[in-house]
Amino acid sequence: MEVKSYLPSPHEIDVAEGLRINSLIEASRQPIPDPDSWLEAEIRRNVVVTTVDYVLDWARSRSIFPLMFGLACCAFEMIGMAASRFDIARFGMDIFRWTPRQADLMIVAGTLTWKMAPAVKLVYEQMAEPKWVIAMGQCTISGGPFRESYSVVPGINRIIPVDVYVPGCPPRPEALIHGIRKLHEKIVKESIKKA
Amino acid sequence: MTAALNGEHVATKEIAEKFPDSVVAADKSAFVVKSKSLYQVAEFLKNAPGLDFDYLTNLVAVDYMDYFEVAYHLISLKHNHSLVLKTRCHDRDKPVVPSVVNLWRSADFQEREAYDLMGIIFDGHPNLKRLLLWEGFVGHPLRRDYL
Repeated sequence: MEVKSYLPSPHEIDVAEGLRINSLIEASRQPIPDPDSWLEAEIRRNVVVTTVDYVLDWARSRSIFPLMFGLACCAFEMIGMAASRFDIARFGMDIFRWTPRQADLMIVAGTLTWKMAPAVKLVYEQMAEPKWVIAMGQCTISGGPFRESYSVVPGINRIIPVDVYVPGCPPRPEALIHGIRKLHEKIVKESIKKA
Repeated sequence: MTAALNGEHVATKEIAEKFPDSVVAADKSAFVVKSKSLYQVAEFLKNAPGLDFDYLTNLVAVDYMDYFEVAYHLISLKHNHSLVLKTRCHDRDKPVVPSVVNLWRSADFQEREAYDLMGIIFDGHPNLKRLLLWEGFVGHPLRRDYL
């Protein structure tokens, strides 16, 4: 019988429960404090957490170095795109490189003949990874009006892989800029897992 | 301005008596000689005083299906006059024309181009190989029957 006296009475259990609920109600009227509030304000301003993929793709897509590769009349539209009116420096493409070792985007602009094809393949293979190719103009994409010719390659994708096709004869600089924007969209989807 | 000589006039006055049976046809713009006597006629045109054709501006080959015609556009820088000399070859499988590289150095690349695209063999050319197309290309693409 002595053991029984240590147990709380049903009334005491009810009172304790009521007190707990009342205290929760009282606490819920105040906002819950930030659990990270102990962090120094300086650290919160200076530390950013992200993924390697995101940073790499962000950096790559915004600092493309194009290779100067004009084969025919499309090259003038490419030059126009690089000059001050259309100004591809907006996309971090300030300088056209003259050597494939320093470039990572090859804009093939113009008619490609079979005699030129080994040089195009060599230049593509000399570029360091990661590298991309834009096929600019009908002649580069499919041979264009010279498709049936004995000396013209019917589409550059028979020689090297192509990322973006920009049709036109020749395409305006705006069209080429649109192609470059499409290439940016492609680059930011890439992952180091595949490379 | 360079004066164009009358082809018929030159053929009858200068060529016919010196090289009998060499002239095939002649008109106002040009005259045609047999390919056998082409080199002798060209040499004469280059060295004859009063003509002095010391510069070959252009060498063209034309396919007329029945025969090939090779045209030489000559200019004399000394007298400032010009002339068109032509020759024909009827053998379609092996058209042979004597080379004039020894007379005019500018004929070198132009004869190679005519050989490359039209298949005309220039006999005596020092380096007769394809100029524009690559080694191993089959056929001569500017011929009318090339597909």
